[in-house]
Amino acid sequence: MANAKSGTLYRGREGMWSWVAHRISGMLLFLFLIVHVLDTALVTVSPEAYNVVIGHYKTVVFGLGEMGLVGAVLFHALNGLRIIAVDFWSKGPAKQRALFWGVVIVWALMMLAFIPRHLMHMFGG
Amino acid sequence: MTSTSIPQPSTRYSRSRYRRTGRSGPNFEMMSWLFMRLSGLVLVFLVIGHLFVNLWLGEGVKAIDFGFVAGKWANPFWQVWDLLMLWLGMIHGANGVRTIISDYVERPRLRQGLKYLLAAVTVVIILLGTLVIFTFDPCLPGVDSQTMAKYCQA
Repeated sequence: MANAKSGTLYRGREGMWSWVAHRISGMLLFLFLIVHVLDTALVTVSPEAYNVVIGHYKTVVFGLGEMGLVGAVLFHALNGLRIIAVDFWSKGPAKQRALFWGVVIVWALMMLAFIPRHLMHMFGG
Repeated sequence: MTSTSIPQPSTRYSRSRYRRTGRSGPNFEMMSWLFMRLSGLVLVFLVIGHLFVNLWLGEGVKAIDFGFVAGKWANPFWQVWDLLMLWLGMIHGANGVRTIISDYVERPRLRQGLKYLLAAVTVVIILLGTLVIFTFDPCLPGVDSQTMAKYCQA
């Protein structure tokens, strides 16, 4: 039963903060998607133009940005699955807080796998 | 002291209270809500697969260049993959931003203006991306480029 202490589905604590993070990550991903379609469109301009622009993605600053990007994608994806569970699974609303921590744990594990791999690609020979 | 009773959402009473239009059956906002969940489910697989192939396998981001894109789009499988990702991602994203505008922008003209801008950007990006995926040819004749020659020896 929802009360002031446990928070309701969308007001307070896990339910609200996951909603806030879902909005912010979604907004950022949409802006990135626009930029990403534009940079990929450069393949139709010339190989050189594409290689120069995509070369920026291989720099240290962009490399760190890519970790943020992957972090945002994975959070939005996992929390999106949680929202589907809350909306379509009969026990979803009751378990929404546990589902949120499940999202956090799976997200952390996937990031722990991705970050070293990505650093190796960036700095390894 | 009497306790407040909240009717079940499925009762006829509350159904009529929730409906603002007076019409029955599916409406735009309900279809939009459903679309976000269905497209989201598909995008989870498409986008994580995209990241896995481009950033995890092989040399990761270091391997991405013109030749990498040319190699991928030589295969209709990746053309369809990227096309689906483009359309679903852009429509899903635009619909999300539409919700954000509806929630936070209260001045009617600015609100409507931003939604028109959002729709215009979305249409342009979808059309541009679709055009790029299907018209891209790494070996266009008459283009003088050493880099290009490297990919078009066959």
